[in-house]
Amino acid sequence: MRYLPLTDADRKAMLAAVGVSSVDELFRDVPASARLPGPIAGLDAHQGELEVERALSAMAARSVPAGSVPSFLGAGAYRHHVPATVDYLIQRGEFLTAYTPYQPEISQGTLQVLFEFQTQVAMLTGMEVANASMYDGATACAEAVMMANRLTRRSRAVVSGGVHPHYRDTTATLARMTGFDLAGLPADPAGAEDLAAQVDESTSCVVVQNPSVFGHVQDYSALARACQAKGALLVVVVTEAMSLGLLTPPGEMGADIVAAEGQSLGNALNFGGPYLGLFATRDKYVRQMPGRLCGQTVDAEGRRGFVLTLSTREQHIRREKATSNICTNSGLCALAFSIHLSLLGEGGFTALARLNHAKAVQLAGKLGAVKGAEVLNGAFFNEFTVRLSKPAAGVVDTLAQRGVLAGVPASRLFPGAGLDDLLLVAATETNTEADMDALAKALGEVL
Amino acid sequence: MTMNNQGRPTDVGTPDASPVTGTFSGNRGLQMEEALIFEQDSPGQCGVDLPGAPTTELRLGAVRPRGRVGLPGLSEPSVVRHYTRLSQKNYSIDTGLYPLGSCTMKHNPRLNEKMARLPGFADVHPLQPESTVQGALAVLDTLSHWLITLTGMPALALSPGAGAHGEMCGMMAIKAALEARGEDRRKRVLVPDSAHGTNPATAAALGFVVDPVPAMEDGRVDARALMDKLAPANGVEVAGIMLTNPNTCGLFERDIVAISEAVHAAGAYFYCDGANFNAIVGRVRPADLGVDAMHINLHKTFSTPHGGGGPGSGPVVLSAALAPFAPVPFVVRDGQGFRLVEDGGAAQGGARPFGRMKAFHGQMGMFVRALAYILSHGADGLWQASGDAVLNANYVMAKLKDVMSPSFEGPCMHECLFDDRFLKGTGVSTLDIAKALIDEGYHPMTVYFPLVVHGAMLIEPTETESKRDLDRFIATLGALAEKAKQGDAGFFQAAPRHTPRRRLDETTAARKPELRWKPE
Repeated sequence: MRYLPLTDADRKAMLAAVGVSSVDELFRDVPASARLPGPIAGLDAHQGELEVERALSAMAARSVPAGSVPSFLGAGAYRHHVPATVDYLIQRGEFLTAYTPYQPEISQGTLQVLFEFQTQVAMLTGMEVANASMYDGATACAEAVMMANRLTRRSRAVVSGGVHPHYRDTTATLARMTGFDLAGLPADPAGAEDLAAQVDESTSCVVVQNPSVFGHVQDYSALARACQAKGALLVVVVTEAMSLGLLTPPGEMGADIVAAEGQSLGNALNFGGPYLGLFATRDKYVRQMPGRLCGQTVDAEGRRGFVLTLSTREQHIRREKATSNICTNSGLCALAFSIHLSLLGEGGFTALARLNHAKAVQLAGKLGAVKGAEVLNGAFFNEFTVRLSKPAAGVVDTLAQRGVLAGVPASRLFPGAGLDDLLLVAATETNTEADMDALAKALGEVL
Repeated sequence: MTMNNQGRPTDVGTPDASPVTGTFSGNRGLQMEEALIFEQDSPGQCGVDLPGAPTTELRLGAVRPRGRVGLPGLSEPSVVRHYTRLSQKNYSIDTGLYPLGSCTMKHNPRLNEKMARLPGFADVHPLQPESTVQGALAVLDTLSHWLITLTGMPALALSPGAGAHGEMCGMMAIKAALEARGEDRRKRVLVPDSAHGTNPATAAALGFVVDPVPAMEDGRVDARALMDKLAPANGVEVAGIMLTNPNTCGLFERDIVAISEAVHAAGAYFYCDGANFNAIVGRVRPADLGVDAMHINLHKTFSTPHGGGGPGSGPVVLSAALAPFAPVPFVVRDGQGFRLVEDGGAAQGGARPFGRMKAFHGQMGMFVRALAYILSHGADGLWQASGDAVLNANYVMAKLKDVMSPSFEGPCMHECLFDDRFLKGTGVSTLDIAKALIDEGYHPMTVYFPLVVHGAMLIEPTETESKRDLDRFIATLGALAEKAKQGDAGFFQAAPRHTPRRRLDETTAARKPELRWKPE
């Protein structure tokens, strides 16, 4: 077995040094009834790289890669072009195969990356401080609500009908399990709900998503003021981090906490994971923030260095009194995000965001001209909702058979909500005009 | 030359040498000083050439386009150099032995990386029509089959994003099962003192009351104290127990079967922290120990990379009693193909999912890597791997037991625990030993955990270390232990000396947090 360096001679010598005659003897504390006599029957034996590669490649071939056809799916996961440099750098063994940086003297690489990452996330969101990442946007959203509950000592969260249902459901699971109220508003495809009316003295926070899951972009400054007037916090969810290169950032709108998905920068679609939760807030709330934090300090020779800090919030120190049970972050995905953003820089990031918007505006024009299709959004970033004259799920399946991935039927995210005729469509820099024409043509043929 | 506190020369080409490094550049050979990316701004520069945009109007409604973000501009070569230099300041498994107890820092095969990047896995959107994602679903199904067979458990929840998230999943399933039985009055969760911090944090987050169970002299949980807490008078309040096995002292809980029987007799559930599954994978099935729920850290036992702190992946196996409550989504076979059940309301056949834990379907990229590892080993390779992991740990313990102080009698499982009795009166601490090991070219063992012994040093070599590398490590650590016993605490307290940074001031970092760069 190529990964196991011990030879039989090594094993023999080592057993002698330990003073036992067999490895089985080392397992003598395991109850005899639970000790298996040998490798589990019915499972395959070891295989060489060639065979494993063959088996997994055969499996992979049974999927249709999004990049192999015109593809317009978004709804919380976006196909962007990731520069080759990103994937090369994150595969350097010193990044890939290192643990959480508990020994800072030999982890300055990871720590400086985290410090830079935290700075980038704070800049993008317009917030004062960000953590070293969460599992994904949905868990970041749930943690944001829990944090708002702690800060306000209230236990009723209002969730907009424009929030991605997976984010709402993830938060609802915690609400049910940990005992707080979650007032989830009905799906809001028109982007017309009145959230300020939902805020009262028992409200810990209002959770909105910008752009919403239906693609609407809004200025939430007035809502932020309404929340503030009642002592509630405003949590802004962002599922498309690319939008932060074009839209007024949540911090400028008055957000108290931003929970975002960072997959769009540096990370592939990966069928939904691993992704990258971004979490940012205001300085005054930092001690109630969940997750790892990297901070700047000096070493014994007075030179700048970095360490994990404020760990008295965390489970390994506080145990049952921790702010969260979270242990790992999404380190390698954060690195990919950070490298991609470093390559883009100020000019590249803002230009790429504008390019995404322009592509979507172009696509909306083409789809709006298709008979039986109507674009619902007045304002959007790179994603919008189209009302079809037929149920969207069937249309999407038919178009998939014709080699076009048309988008996400709203009914998949909101089953039973009466949104069967709505299709969520996204465009990014990866979509060519020929892709858009293919979609418009195919839609025209089936509607 | 004047130095600022950033360890860089304040201007280029000043002829004075750095007082710290003795070089003009502040570098020390291959140890490069590297400024923050924000300090390398070349305004207007960009490392990406973008295609032209179609000419369109903005459709942003009332939202204004944002002002400056504040990001620096760098060319591609500058970015490559920045991250390459940063990488060289890290220790890694690829660099050397990484004996962090409870972390299972084993070799990360590159085949796994290659497989995870196949377009049929990596370039698939999670909400594509099911007909176009059958290959991805096949990975979920095949991995489930292996994990279910290796643990002997009937069901699996794939979506948890890491070990702690898996704990949350298992404890939520327990809570849902108790509620379904109408027994949500059960609030107490028994947690041994030796448990990982995540265990009590998870239980408390879910509204359970953590009831600590002491450890015995031999490093195992006090079964008698445990039985008392489960006796009829008290047991009706107990929701479950969270037990790590093999435990964090590196020992197998001999009374595990009796404990699980008592837990079940009391009407409670047994959550097993699977962090140490690498010791027994392929040799012992948790189902045969009476486990109701256990998370599996794919980034430990199944070699997916730790990535400097994630992403992890923590699938949870569930007993028949908890299986109906498994969270969405899950995969079912449907005729010729696979189907995803994403909506709890649509679940069939007695399933009562407790909810959703994250967006989409779990850490797919990690599933592919773990499956590549599993297929490479096969049942026979996993048997050999856990055996070698246990042998390596026992070998380290045997070779160092006379010069250091092992906390408990062996045999140990895949990690061996020492405490600081051998340092008594020397002025040298566990931390000092760890820092001296860094100078010797090793990542230290886990220190000060578990909490049940004083000055703990928990060593987990894993099965992917050769005897030659173990012998060199043993000789080095043994020599340091001897040196410590001979005095010269100052030598240890000043370590590490040969690293990119010396010991860092963590107190100031916590007292005056500087958590981001700010423009001057």
